[in-house]
Amino acid sequence: MVLPSNPTDLTLAEAREAVAAKKISSRELTQAFVKSIETARPLHAFITETPERALEMAAASDARLAKGEARPLEGLPLAIKDLYCTKGVRTTAASNILSNYVPPYESTVTQNLWNAGAVMLGKTNLDEFAMGSSTETSWFGPTVSPWRAKNSVEKMVPGGSSGGSAAAVSANLCLAATGTDTGGSIRQPAAITGTVGIKPTYGRCSRWGIVAFASSLDQAGPMTRTVRDAAILLKTMASVDPKDSTSVDLPVPDYEAGLESGVKGLRVGIPKEYRVDGAPPEIDAIWNKGAEWLRAQGAEIVEVSLPHTKYALPTYYIIAPAEASSNLARYDGVRYGRRAEGASELLDLYERSRGEGFGAEVRRRILIGTYVLSAGYYDAYYARAQKVRSLIARDFTEAFRKCDVLLTPVTPGPAFAFGANSDDPVAMYLNDVFTVTLNLAGLPGLVVPAGLTAEGLPLGLQLIGKAFDEATVLRAGRAVETAANFTAKPQPWWRSA
Amino acid sequence: MSVDKDTVRRIARLARLALEDERIEPMVQELNGILAWVEQLKEVDIEGVAPLTSVVEQRLKMREDVVTDGGNADALMINASGGEDHFFVVPKVVE
Repeated sequence: MVLPSNPTDLTLAEAREAVAAKKISSRELTQAFVKSIETARPLHAFITETPERALEMAAASDARLAKGEARPLEGLPLAIKDLYCTKGVRTTAASNILSNYVPPYESTVTQNLWNAGAVMLGKTNLDEFAMGSSTETSWFGPTVSPWRAKNSVEKMVPGGSSGGSAAAVSANLCLAATGTDTGGSIRQPAAITGTVGIKPTYGRCSRWGIVAFASSLDQAGPMTRTVRDAAILLKTMASVDPKDSTSVDLPVPDYEAGLESGVKGLRVGIPKEYRVDGAPPEIDAIWNKGAEWLRAQGAEIVEVSLPHTKYALPTYYIIAPAEASSNLARYDGVRYGRRAEGASELLDLYERSRGEGFGAEVRRRILIGTYVLSAGYYDAYYARAQKVRSLIARDFTEAFRKCDVLLTPVTPGPAFAFGANSDDPVAMYLNDVFTVTLNLAGLPGLVVPAGLTAEGLPLGLQLIGKAFDEATVLRAGRAVETAANFTAKPQPWWRSA
Repeated sequence: MSVDKDTVRRIARLARLALEDERIEPMVQELNGILAWVEQLKEVDIEGVAPLTSVVEQRLKMREDVVTDGGNADALMINASGGEDHFFVVPKVVE
């Protein structure tokens, strides 16, 4: 292979090959990314940059490479969503309450990455406690999307909550990044920034050491520039972890192995309920195109029904806040996290530390969650939502009797501008209408860039698989990627800003 | 169902969340917007449906009942504001 003039243009797979063949050292590669991050500060993709640590890790990788002891991700620089605890490196969840928190331990997923030789460039921005679809709720200020509409200088959101990771991958500030997905937080920003993201099956990646939002929905996953890169990173991120009792005892397959096997004979389901009234025609058009691409490669397209789809979002907005209100009860301002000054008594200390430490969206969700769990309302809200959740999961079980994988849009519309949905929480929540269903059912979902709108903004497609069938999802995603041949990149306006 | 100012104050107290007086009324509006929207779940026939409590069918794992971690008091105290000598310090609770 020939190295590109700027090594930051490499994919993870290409960089792996180049580093292993000693065409470029990890140090040179890491240095190039450190520089690209410095010139991209107008994007505000990172909350914390860790260049010194990155260069130390790169030097250690180069030493291993010299001894012929390379590991699977040796010397490859990554960005980490600032929701993963990293030992000795500030971890904020983009919240004021954790703005000075330095974990004394490492999350299992990031430990897996460092054990495989990866290099950490820094911690990326997100919505506060991953609650949002735009990074606008980050206490540190939002991330700006690298993408702009044609002939426009208006700033666009990168999606969320993993918007910093998506922006960093899209703008070539890292080879790949980690995200987390509770209702669409990997897939929606991937779609908006023209990148690839996969939410694996619940239980595939350990949640240990990842700041908890809604424990029955949260799942870690990779955000990358290609489907192959997602397969590579997922292989290392996924593990069976004794520290997370919900991590599932199944061996992690080699996701790269079957990637190019094609989709001949694969039954691809098109859920009719995902065709919503009033959706922009471009969303429908790219969806039809995706089905056509798969059919042309030998897949069989079948219509399926997921009748409870319309209830997924309201179900999610009961369950997720309920779990969040419980998880976030740990922030008391005493054991860790920001502590309010001048409290006269204990209750006052708790209330003020939490009231000052949490932002508006987090407070709103804690209150909703507390309300739906409170005496007299539990059955009407939470218990009912858990039953509807069963029906949503059952819809998928039924659909997968007729097909092997589902193809759907990712979001009801393309990228949006700052403030576009900020007045109405429900309008912002609607962004997740096609993604939350998978979190409720625990299923894997992959987003692949598929095209551009007339305004020049990315559109993605989502592939949904059976539980623990990430391999088929990735194989079908690879087929979409091949046909779409998405090569568009954002113009680097941020370098001159 | 909808909430009023007193309900918002009560759940804010339950959640140990200080809410400025001027934030109460907007929060009433926002919560009622969300609650009105989730009302549509009442249309769903849930007769005889079991709640989904785990998305993956797996027996909860058990492990040997032995100590696996500990002796980390110093590490545990580094993020505590107002901690002293391995004690978390809070305002006086007993007169």
